[in-house]
Amino acid sequence: MAAKWRPLIDKITGEFTKSLLVSAWFMFLTFPLMVIKVRPLERTIEWRWMNLVYIGVGAFFLSFIWRYLMSRKDGGGSEEEGESWQKKAGLRIRTDKKIYLPGLAAVVAFIVIFPFIFSGYQTQIMISALMYVMLGLGLNIVVGLAGLLDLGYVAFYAVGAYCYALLNHHFGVPFWIALPLCGALAALFGILLGFPVLRLRGDYLAIVTLGFGEIIRLILENWNEFSFGPSGIAGISRPDFFGMELSLREHTIYLYFIIVMLVLFTILVVSRLRNSRIGRAWIALREDEVACQAMGIDKTKTKLTAFALGATWAGLVGCIFAAKTTFINPASFTFMESAIILSIVVLGGMGSIVGVMIGAFILILLPEYLRAFSEYRMLAFGAAMVLIMVFRPQGIISGIRQRYEFHRAGQPEGTR
Amino acid sequence: MLKIRNLHTYYGGIHALKSVSLNLDEGEIVTLIGANGAGKSTTLMSISGIEPPRYGEILFMGTPIHQMTPDRIFSLGIVQVPEGRRIFPYLSVTENLDMGAYLRRDLHEIRNDMDYIFTLFPRLAERRHQLGGTLSGGEQQMLAISRGLMSRPKLLLLDEPSLGLAPVLVQLIFDTIEKINRENKTTIFLVEQNANMALRIAHRGYVMESGAITLEDTAENLLASEKIKAAYLGL
Repeated sequence: MAAKWRPLIDKITGEFTKSLLVSAWFMFLTFPLMVIKVRPLERTIEWRWMNLVYIGVGAFFLSFIWRYLMSRKDGGGSEEEGESWQKKAGLRIRTDKKIYLPGLAAVVAFIVIFPFIFSGYQTQIMISALMYVMLGLGLNIVVGLAGLLDLGYVAFYAVGAYCYALLNHHFGVPFWIALPLCGALAALFGILLGFPVLRLRGDYLAIVTLGFGEIIRLILENWNEFSFGPSGIAGISRPDFFGMELSLREHTIYLYFIIVMLVLFTILVVSRLRNSRIGRAWIALREDEVACQAMGIDKTKTKLTAFALGATWAGLVGCIFAAKTTFINPASFTFMESAIILSIVVLGGMGSIVGVMIGAFILILLPEYLRAFSEYRMLAFGAAMVLIMVFRPQGIISGIRQRYEFHRAGQPEGTR
Repeated sequence: MLKIRNLHTYYGGIHALKSVSLNLDEGEIVTLIGANGAGKSTTLMSISGIEPPRYGEILFMGTPIHQMTPDRIFSLGIVQVPEGRRIFPYLSVTENLDMGAYLRRDLHEIRNDMDYIFTLFPRLAERRHQLGGTLSGGEQQMLAISRGLMSRPKLLLLDEPSLGLAPVLVQLIFDTIEKINRENKTTIFLVEQNANMALRIAHRGYVMESGAITLEDTAENLLASEKIKAAYLGL
C-alpha cells in the first residue's frame, strides 16, 4: 500500500522543495527593493521584514500552482481531451438548432441594444474593440492564411486614416465617399509592399515589413507640407447621417452601428475568401512554396492578393479611426499597434475567425477593464498573455485544423 | 515532345547546368541518372521554371517555355513531382489531391480522376481524410505522384521517387509509374539515384556528371554497360 503512494509522495515533496527554492530566490531578488527603505532626509533605514514574508509565501504558492498546472498540462493527453471537448462543443453549437438559433438571437439582440443600455464610454470602448476585430481579421488573411509574417500592418491602417483625414481636410470629402477610397488606397499600398518582398519568407519578411511600417510613420512625421507632421490633423468630420445634425452621443451610437455592419461584412468576405480558390492557394502557399509552384499556382499573384486584401481592411478601419477621433497624428501608428494586432491573431488562433474575434476582445477590453488595477494593469495584461500562450500555444481557438475535422465529420467526401 | 538545347542554369555564381541537351519523345519513360550534385534536380527545376535557366532553350511541343513562369509551364501540361515529396502537411489527402487539380474547373472529371487514383493507390483511399503530414514516407510519395497526376499532365517530371523508401515500396512505386505511363500514355521524365530500378522501367536513359550529360543510350544498353555497372549500379 505504502509502495503505491511512494512515487506520488516523492513527486509532491520534489515540487515542494522546488517551490521553496523559487520562493527563496524571489525573496533574495526583491530584498533590496521591498525590504530596505532608505529615508535620505531623516538619514534612517527602515527594514520592512513583513514584505519579505509576504513575497516568500506568495511566490511559494504561485510556484506551486504553476507547477501543478504544468504537470496537468504535460500529463496524459489532457490537451487532446480539451481539443475534442472544444470540437464537440463547436459542432454542437453549430449543428443543434435548439442552441444555435436562440444563441444567435441573443447575441444579435445584445449587439443591437448595447449602445442604448451602456454609457458612451462603454460604447467607445466597444467601437475600438470592434475596430481591432476588423484589423485582426484583415491581418489574419496575410499571417493566418497565407503565412506571411507582417509586422508592419499598422502602415495600412495609417494610410487609411490619413487618406480620409487629408481628403476631408483639403476637399471636404465626406466619410461615405472616402471609406471605399481608403480601402482601395490601402490595397494599393499592400501591393506596393508586396512587390519587393515577393522572394522573402519568415524572419526576413518580418524585418522588411517592420521597416515598411516605420517608413510610413516616419514619412507622416517628417513631411510637414503633406501630413502636417507630428502635430497631426484636427477637425476631421464625423460620418454624416443623411445630413442630420447629431449630438455626440448619437454620433457614437451611429459609429457603433457602422462598425458593427463593417465587421459583419468583413466576416462574410473573409469566410468566403477562405473557402475560395484563392483561399486554398494561400493555405497551400503557407504550407509549401515549392510544392505550390509545382501545382501551377501563380506565386506572385497569390502573394500580392494576400497583401492587398489584407491591407484593405486596415485601410477601412483607418478611415473609421480618423472619423471616430476626429484628430490623428503619427503617434497613433507606432509599431506597438502592429504588435497588438499580431498578438490578436496569434492569441486568438491563426486562421480562425471566431478565435481572432475573441482575441481582439480580450486584448482590447482587458486593459480597459483592468484600469482598476491602475499601474499594475499592463503587468496583469502581460501575465494573461503569457498564460494563454503557455496553456494554449495554438491560440484560443485553433481554426484551420478544426475546419478540416468538420469537413471530415459532417459531409461525405467530394463536396468541394 | 520536349527538346532541351544547350541549357545553362546558375545558382547565383554557381554554374549548375553546363550546356545540357536532351530529348523526350511522346509516351516514353526517360530516366536521368547520376550522382549527388550532378545537376539532375536542377534540370527538372529548369524545365518546370522554378529555377529558370540563364541560357539555352527548352521547347515543349514546339513552344519555347524557358522564359515562362512556373504556372504557365504547368498549364501547358508539364508537372513536376518535387524531390522530397513536398506534400501539404496540414491538408488532408483529398485536399492535397484537390490542390493538384487547382487549375481545373471540371468538378465531375476531377472526381473521376480521384477515383482512378484511389484504384492506383488503394492505400491513399484508406487514408483519404488523414492529414498529409501524418502519412508514412511511402504513402506521402504516392500522394505526391497522385497530386501531380490530378492535373492530367502530358509530361510528368519525377524527382527521386525512391528517396528514403523501403525496397518493397520502391518496387510498388516504380510498378505504378510504369502503369501510369502505359495506361495514360503520360510521358515520364524520371530523375533517379537508384539507377538500377530506374533503368529497368525506362525506355531510354541519360547519364549526368557535374552538370553535363555524359552518356545517352537505350535503357537496356545502359544496364549492360560495364562503365555504368561500375559507377552507378554497384556491381
